[in-house]
Amino acid sequence: MQTQTSTKPRALAAPNALWQFVARHPVPLSFAVLCLLTVAAADLPLVFVLNELVTRLSRNLFLVLSLIIPVLAGMGLNFALVIGAMAGQIGLIAVKIWDIGGFSGFIIAVLFSTPFALLFGYLTGLTLNKTKGREMITSMILGFFANGLWQLVFLLFIGTIIPVNNPEIILKGGVGLKNALDLKFIQYAIDRMLHVNIMGIEIPIVTFAVIAVLCWATKFIVTTKIGQEFRSLGQDLHIAQVAGIQTDKVRIIAITISTVLAAWGQIIFLQNIGTLNTYASHEQVGMFAIAALLIGGATVVKATISDAIIGTVLFHTLFIASPQAGNNLFGDAQIGEFFRVFIAYGVIGMSLLLHAWHKYMEARKKTMQE
Amino acid sequence: MKEYWRKITDKYGFPKVCITLFLLLLIALAFMMKQDVAAMFGDSLVRITMNGILVLAMVPSIVSGTGLNFGLSLGIITGLLAGCISIEMNMRGMAAFLWALVMSVPMSLIVGYGYGWLLNKVKGDEMTVGTYVGFSIVSLMSIGWMVIPFTSPEMVWAIGGTGLRSTITLTNRYAKVLDDFMAIPVLGTKIPTGALLFFALFCLLMWLFLRSKTGMAMMAAGDNPRFAAASGINVNRQRMIGTVLSTVLGGIGILVYAQSFGFLQLYQAPLMMPFAATAAILIGGATAKKATIAHVISGTILFQALLTISLPVINQLMPVGNLSEVIRIIVSNGVILYALTKVGGSH
Amino acid sequence: MSTTNILEMRNIEKEYFGNRVLKGVTLTVKPGEIHAIVGENGAGKSTLMNILFGMPVIYSTGGIRGEVIFDGKSVDIRSPKTALDLGIGMVHQEFMLLPGFTITENIKLNREITRHNPVSKLLGSAKLQTLDIEKMRQDAKKALDSLGMTVDEWLPIAGLPVGYMQFVEIAREIDKENIKLLVFDEPTAVLTESEADTLLGVMKKLSARGIAILFITHRLDEVLAVADSITVLRDGEKVGWMTRDEATLEKIAEMMVGRKIERIKQVAKDVVEGGETALSIRNLRVTMPGEMVRNISLDIKKGEILGIGGLAGQGKIGIANGIMGLYPAQGDVFLGSKRLELNRPRQAIENKLAFVSEDRRGVGLLLDNSIETNIVMTAMQIRDMFLKPFLGIKGIKMADEKAIRTHALKMIKDLDIRCTGPEQLTRRLSGGNQQKVCIARALTLEPEILFVSEPTRGIDIGAKKLVLDLLVQLNRELNMTVVVTSSELGELRSICDRIAIVYEGELEAILSPAASDLDYGLAMAGKYRDRSREAG
Repeated sequence: MQTQTSTKPRALAAPNALWQFVARHPVPLSFAVLCLLTVAAADLPLVFVLNELVTRLSRNLFLVLSLIIPVLAGMGLNFALVIGAMAGQIGLIAVKIWDIGGFSGFIIAVLFSTPFALLFGYLTGLTLNKTKGREMITSMILGFFANGLWQLVFLLFIGTIIPVNNPEIILKGGVGLKNALDLKFIQYAIDRMLHVNIMGIEIPIVTFAVIAVLCWATKFIVTTKIGQEFRSLGQDLHIAQVAGIQTDKVRIIAITISTVLAAWGQIIFLQNIGTLNTYASHEQVGMFAIAALLIGGATVVKATISDAIIGTVLFHTLFIASPQAGNNLFGDAQIGEFFRVFIAYGVIGMSLLLHAWHKYMEARKKTMQE
Repeated sequence: MKEYWRKITDKYGFPKVCITLFLLLLIALAFMMKQDVAAMFGDSLVRITMNGILVLAMVPSIVSGTGLNFGLSLGIITGLLAGCISIEMNMRGMAAFLWALVMSVPMSLIVGYGYGWLLNKVKGDEMTVGTYVGFSIVSLMSIGWMVIPFTSPEMVWAIGGTGLRSTITLTNRYAKVLDDFMAIPVLGTKIPTGALLFFALFCLLMWLFLRSKTGMAMMAAGDNPRFAAASGINVNRQRMIGTVLSTVLGGIGILVYAQSFGFLQLYQAPLMMPFAATAAILIGGATAKKATIAHVISGTILFQALLTISLPVINQLMPVGNLSEVIRIIVSNGVILYALTKVGGSH
Repeated sequence: MSTTNILEMRNIEKEYFGNRVLKGVTLTVKPGEIHAIVGENGAGKSTLMNILFGMPVIYSTGGIRGEVIFDGKSVDIRSPKTALDLGIGMVHQEFMLLPGFTITENIKLNREITRHNPVSKLLGSAKLQTLDIEKMRQDAKKALDSLGMTVDEWLPIAGLPVGYMQFVEIAREIDKENIKLLVFDEPTAVLTESEADTLLGVMKKLSARGIAILFITHRLDEVLAVADSITVLRDGEKVGWMTRDEATLEKIAEMMVGRKIERIKQVAKDVVEGGETALSIRNLRVTMPGEMVRNISLDIKKGEILGIGGLAGQGKIGIANGIMGLYPAQGDVFLGSKRLELNRPRQAIENKLAFVSEDRRGVGLLLDNSIETNIVMTAMQIRDMFLKPFLGIKGIKMADEKAIRTHALKMIKDLDIRCTGPEQLTRRLSGGNQQKVCIARALTLEPEILFVSEPTRGIDIGAKKLVLDLLVQLNRELNMTVVVTSSELGELRSICDRIAIVYEGELEAILSPAASDLDYGLAMAGKYRDRSREAG
């Protein structure tokens, strides 16, 4: 048996290996082709595209990576990433109120957001433990729900229950936050701390270092006891429970980690953007991060760091190029913009569909087989 | 007291009781603030008839066992498309509206059939998949609205831009054709008799359908698919009927909505509409497994009255931002979330 | 004295909702002893094991009476974890293995060997310690070796033959250092004959190492091959205990079945001779998970009450489900000379067959619908009964509410369904009344042959008798052919004219209700055919 497996592929190596590679990674490869076509149609300068891409990678990758652990623990795609992003924004709003800029402001935002993220993550975990098997639709609705609460707090409670006296950020009536908060005082807090310029492409070294640390931490956690517990849950909740793993607790830990990472990720995201859209910045965080991860070849039950990186590259290449491509091809940039939104929703929809279909067929096969 | 509370919430469902109490509080406040309560009721009535059929569209999908139809936007899109076509055909008034209805039906049938086929392949995950199928189609159709070669100047952008406008004014077409039909003026407001009758008619038709042989079979398939299969009922077919009916009602519902609202809203507008309809029926006491006409009626009344009355009352109390919208988001998603935690284990 | 026994269970009693399932069972197991527990379904074997493992189902229903002494100490096992800590292990009937994990990872599941790393040291967290895969593999290898398994410990579970998975399960249990008692729950059910032999060898090896084994099985020859002592349970009571030397197949079989028959139907019809055949089954195969029918040929005579019995999992349940089209079936079923198209529930019902399912809540009822809807639904859909045209339009068929109500009220009266009215939801009825609703629905179809599976499962004693009386009455007064499938042999013997016993998906014997306990015991254990062959 050993000899067979080693000789067989070698004999047919060249054409077969390529075909196997294609067959194994259909999603990222087809998106790579789509990206190439879009970039070609957009006809943008390469340096511009690369520069944009590097910026967007540094801005988004952290958020995408924060999705991995819940997938590992069998909880699917964490659509409640929004809630983590909100915690991050709370940190930013706090430093805005206290007016602490630069790197120290960044650190304080991170520190201040963390307890909120822990709490939100815990509450999300409790909810998802009540809705096992329907985590994704629940986390989605939970995100919408949290958005309502967010608006309630920052539209009504600021200036009434939470006394803030800062006309720069408070609406004229003295109640509620303005729609847009200027984050210039904290912009590029880590992006420009240490950055190099290679052939006109600016690379924020510290941001990428932070992302690299997260990649390492994610890899590390898989090799630990808790990582093994995540993986067990991901395979079969019931068996993990019989083996004595405290499944509910482990699920809460997984979702809490994801929420905390999302909070930090959102701070990294916004320190790059430089403006906080009080009532909109967080809304599509979950969707775009999930779409990116899926384009990289992840599924509802499997996600790796390379999926996250490849997916973010591909998705954001599309993002950069599609408006211009739409303009060149159809004479309207709007079409390109709608197209990328469609891609985001479509890839998520397709992935969920395939997963559900697979699950349904497996269940049917099982009953037929026995 | 506690015992009584439990009995009440058991009987009517927790969301219904809470929303009713909240609504009563708002009405009391409105009286105390000496607001024009009659106008509020008039507005509520308009909004109830406006949204009613969209809420009714949830019934066949829940009853046939595919759960809350988060993909209702598919039906909404076919309705909007039919609404546009009737303008393109340069029709006006009741005829335009009725033709739009008639045209929406075959389109909804086709779309609903495709959607039903899909839902039969993903049993157990209809809600998750439905949501994103809805989202995808809405965004795909956003491109569609731009490239479909409509020419009516009322619909395409006047200058610059390609494709249809994001909101199309119906004032000269079929705005309010139902609302104003046999409208009865009362206390400075008016009762939208036509729309009310139209909603009542559809409720009646649905009520009758649920008592027909097919309707009963659908109910059995939804309540217990294994029972249905053992009784020789084709479960997939019943689910298909439920999905198609829901889609058709979605198309009709959005046209009723549009005539009352006075605009056709295209592009991203249908994205979140299924959630509002879902929330309404859940407030009425429905669950992801059980829904009746009574749930539709009481849910629509409670939800829309809440939204209508909360706006002036809350704005007078706290004149900030769009708090009514915030309440809508919290209530509707809170109610759906509550329903999800009550579905019971899927295993 | 207590030191010589690893486990003593003294006078264990357990009630589920007033239903006594264990009536003072006493059990003692010595270290290194293989102790077999045999009994029919419902004899109390699984309840006893659930108690031993502190399963939540035991304590959420009021706990137990009696005393458990483990390793000389009185213990109160309230959770599976306590059981594991004490050194009680279980080899599950369905495998508790994660398919994507390697053999090693499965053997060490939640007992992984870890070592500190800088992060875990810094945070002082045990959960962040790194897995020591190398050490885990060594342990796994050791456990596998001690079972005589030569499979590579780094292979993933998915793709292993079934027999191997069973051994991985066992390896996981014996890898636990403190393991003192191991429960094997029907371990050979999924194994081939040679795999089963290896397994029995392993059990002997383990017992030689001083591990006590509780062996639950229905395969009596396996019991005789390895057990040191045998406890027989029946109806929640211990009816016998013997050592291997005292035991014979016949003795165990007879004890398992016992005498407990009170005839409801006074005279068994002598239908075997000549009588007209109502339904003839040839080479039926049914793919029903857990109740596979492999090859059954059987004639059902007009006007008889035929019982189908056998132990759980042997396929008796699959027969009616297959004929009625609920599970995929192959073979030939003839109604007189007409061949019944299989896998079509509608066909079966149209041919005047009706079925009361064993899975009342899963298949038998629309729990969120009214009693009347339940009663008429099938007849309405298939027979077009209880329908009326809508406003005179023939094409539109509406439910005829008046006819439905009249019929429902009649059924409620005839079958004495205790309810607040025909509009009550069936979910709110008691088990016995739910069963009557199911029977009412079947009767509404006016069947010629009525299949009833597990008619008395989960209903209280009073209602049990009523349901059985009803079946006899239907048979006697309407001359309806009735096929009753039941796990309770006593129940079959009290109402049936003939009883077919199914073993491993095949017909083992057709016995008269008056046949001896020994015959029944042998048939249930799959030894009847062998014996009669020897005798003949």
